[in-house]
Amino acid sequence: MTTATADSRRIAGIAQNAWLRFALRRLGRLLISLWVLVTAAFLMIHLIPGDPVRAALGSTAPLDLVNARRKMLGLDDPLWQQYLHYLHNLFAGDLGTSITSGLPVSQLVGDRLPATLELAGLAFLLAVLVCVPLGLTMGVLTRGGRRRPAELAFTSTSIVLAAVPDFLVGVALVYLFGVQLAWAPVAGRGGAGSYILPVVSLALGPAVVLARIVRVETLAVLQADYLRTARAKRLPDRLIYLRHALPNALTATITLGGLLLGGLVAGTVLVENVFAWPGLGSTIVQSILAKDYPVVQGVVLVYGVGVLLINLLVDVALALLDPRSTIRES
Amino acid sequence: MAAAPRGSAWRAVLRTPLGATAGALLLAVLVLAVAAPLLWSGRAGALDTAHILQGPSAAHWVGTDNLGRDIFYRVLVATRLSVELALGATAIGVVTGLLLGTAPVLFGARVGRLVGAAVNIAVAFPGLLLALFFAVIFGVGRTGALLAIGLAVAPGFARLTQTLTARVSGLDFVAAARIAGVGRPRLLVRHVLPNIGEPLVVNATIAAGNSLLAFAGLSFLGLGVQAPDYDWGRLLGEGLNSIYIHPTAALAPGVAVIVAGLAFNLLGESIAKAIGPGAGRPAGRPPRAAAAPGTATVADDATLLAVESLRVSFPGPVTPVRGVSFTMRHGEGVGIVGESGSGKSLTALALAQLVQEPGVVHAERLEFLGTDLTAGTGRAQRRLLGTSLAVVFQDPMTSFNPTMRVGRQLAEVAREHQGMGRRQSLARAVDRLRAVRVPAARRRAGQFPHEFSGGMRQRAMIGMGLMGTPALIIADEPTTALDVTVQRQVLRLLADIRAADQVALLLISHDITVVRQVCDRVLVMYAGRIVEELSTDDLQAGARHPYTRALLAAVPDMATDRDRPLAVIPGRPPDPARPAPGCAFAPRCRFADEQCTHAEPPLALDSAGRLVACWHTDRVAADPADERAGSDQRAASDERRAAAGRPAADEQEVSVGELP
Repeated sequence: MTTATADSRRIAGIAQNAWLRFALRRLGRLLISLWVLVTAAFLMIHLIPGDPVRAALGSTAPLDLVNARRKMLGLDDPLWQQYLHYLHNLFAGDLGTSITSGLPVSQLVGDRLPATLELAGLAFLLAVLVCVPLGLTMGVLTRGGRRRPAELAFTSTSIVLAAVPDFLVGVALVYLFGVQLAWAPVAGRGGAGSYILPVVSLALGPAVVLARIVRVETLAVLQADYLRTARAKRLPDRLIYLRHALPNALTATITLGGLLLGGLVAGTVLVENVFAWPGLGSTIVQSILAKDYPVVQGVVLVYGVGVLLINLLVDVALALLDPRSTIRES
Repeated sequence: MAAAPRGSAWRAVLRTPLGATAGALLLAVLVLAVAAPLLWSGRAGALDTAHILQGPSAAHWVGTDNLGRDIFYRVLVATRLSVELALGATAIGVVTGLLLGTAPVLFGARVGRLVGAAVNIAVAFPGLLLALFFAVIFGVGRTGALLAIGLAVAPGFARLTQTLTARVSGLDFVAAARIAGVGRPRLLVRHVLPNIGEPLVVNATIAAGNSLLAFAGLSFLGLGVQAPDYDWGRLLGEGLNSIYIHPTAALAPGVAVIVAGLAFNLLGESIAKAIGPGAGRPAGRPPRAAAAPGTATVADDATLLAVESLRVSFPGPVTPVRGVSFTMRHGEGVGIVGESGSGKSLTALALAQLVQEPGVVHAERLEFLGTDLTAGTGRAQRRLLGTSLAVVFQDPMTSFNPTMRVGRQLAEVAREHQGMGRRQSLARAVDRLRAVRVPAARRRAGQFPHEFSGGMRQRAMIGMGLMGTPALIIADEPTTALDVTVQRQVLRLLADIRAADQVALLLISHDITVVRQVCDRVLVMYAGRIVEELSTDDLQAGARHPYTRALLAAVPDMATDRDRPLAVIPGRPPDPARPAPGCAFAPRCRFADEQCTHAEPPLALDSAGRLVACWHTDRVAADPADERAGSDQRAASDERRAAAGRPAADEQEVSVGELP
């Protein structure tokens, strides 16, 4: 018995170490990615051919103004000094100043970010709420080659819908529900009704892709030995599918779901422009067109950090849902 | 991956409905891209200031824009620029991706690792974000967007190339070429790329579709093609501004984008399906002749399980179990032995009502504890089976749900069928784990299956069966996946449970030694039928069926001459998909004559009162036991074994168990 407890203690120690190793490895990866992102955002301005300030202010701007603006942005300093300065400001929460409006970029981001977060968060929620039940149901219904017509209808519909980009879905929805039926506002952010169309157009693509993945994963899990065990326990179908099949089907779904969620964050750029949504997406496009580079830099940073955080969340969720993944990776 | 089927695989893509549609669609888009600007540039550019922003009419099918230009022709003419830019961006992306992805082959492992790390970081960001980033650097406009989208495609493609290249580079022929001094570029072009070409082509096709959509997006945002040029995205952006008065101006280019994007994507998908793994469907199996009926068995009050003419078939049709009949009494230990493929495991699954569609179970009679199991799957029957019938599966590593704690997996039986609460059922689970001798049961119950060893898991699986009050344990090869010392512990545990609680045990095994240790009676199965039934005590001396004798001869004992090779059964079991008339064992039997190849012998009582399915029990009985396996057969199998370079016992899966 003493050897058994010693053994078990050692096993517990290894398990804790696996978690610690997982945390360290994941944190290291996040920090490196963040550094790459910050550096890329910094270099972006310097990679632009010609003088970005001249480009922003136009060829008719007086030389004094251009030089003054260059000085203000610190563009005349040596590159390494600018880099250190940039990093220092970042840690202080200073993202620079907009060339066109003269407002601090952090303030602009702070004003616009909530609208984008609402849109992306609601769309993700909707996508998950649709894809999990839909994929699981289709998986259960079409298991073992059953109901071929339903399977064909589901897969071909989802392939077609997944190929339609979100902003075109937006245009179609605007036409159908905004113009033809006048059920929902066409543009702008106001009451609850104004959220429906942008959220649906963002969520539709990811929802059908995820539903397809959930279905395929469900089919694979339904073949597993442990599902036969669950059936041998004579559990009701409800428990077999929801308790034994679903969590196992979700582990693979989350990995791809994370990628799609990252894409969904980027998708806000287009959808916000379709619906004139006052978020970061419309801001970045206007800033690129106006050559307001500090704003572009700031928004790129915010988007990039968002994507990195989502990837982190996905990995942590995966580790919690499937404890083996922490060990497998190390 | 031979050269010959490759061409036919591509043709096969176009023969599928999806592939044909996508191919035709893509061809139409490409033809339009070439022809439309030549034919309709004039009409697309013609100003008609008298008809500005008009809806569809006979003169203008989808209306006019704010300068009175015909939108239909503008959409058609825009095909060329849209497709050109998409293909251009894809080309940039594919070439860059290939260079990055094959960096380990081209520039050595160190550079490869560095590039790989960079690609891994870039891949984490969505393509659109990368495209916006590059669009800032390269500037707003056609060229900027082309480079931006191309570079945004590159990381994903590089990742794919990397993965594929790493797989191919590990193969022997690449290593051989490297040792032979083939240069790096040549190695890449001649040996690596041809072997990863197909998945790359598939992904390039899909990437072209995505580039098309991305370009439409950038142009729509005003970051791509600039006036006076126009592509679909730009037309879409212009149309959206007037969607209230004139919706078709936005919808027409939208439809064009979707159709062209779908053409690329669907073609890619159908190629992937045609050349991907599992593309070829197994050929149809020939129909199966009617199954031979089994013998009737007599049941009395002590009967626990009664089976008559049990058949399991699959579409094809294939019938791996054809007419199995036997009875079991309370507390009895019965073993089913046979080679793999004899239908013994499927028989066990069918008895436990665990055969899934498309498998079909048919039995003239299937009674367990006096309940007819063929009647249906009501709640009462579920409770009966859940508490009184325990099933132990072969592979304890995969038979537990990896995402649930072991204790909870046991406890849910009690919660479901015995109405226990959470705490009570968990206490019962810990108690049962203790009963199957799992040390530190309370702590173990809180662990996940992967923290258990194989033997421990199998004991937990038995413990799961003991959550109720089982009258029968069906154990399907419970020790096959375990090593020998653990095997013995698990068998002893099963025997102890049997002795303590009068639990009947149906043990399925290919190992006759295992069955002999724990069972009273043995059913020998061959090709989906029971060919002999006899008591364990009779096994050594009383076996009458040539197959049973061959199985026994394959097991060495203390008297076996160690200098002679182990006996094997020559030949292979018959394929259930290709049944032959007569006795299924005849082709491998040295007693077989014409009668055996024409008529299947029924399972019947022989002159000594034993149940055997053989026409020649008398001749077999008269045969000296030492000559169970002919020396000529041994010589033949010796040669085969030498050729295969493996031990004899592998040959027919009758493994050497523990010596008595």
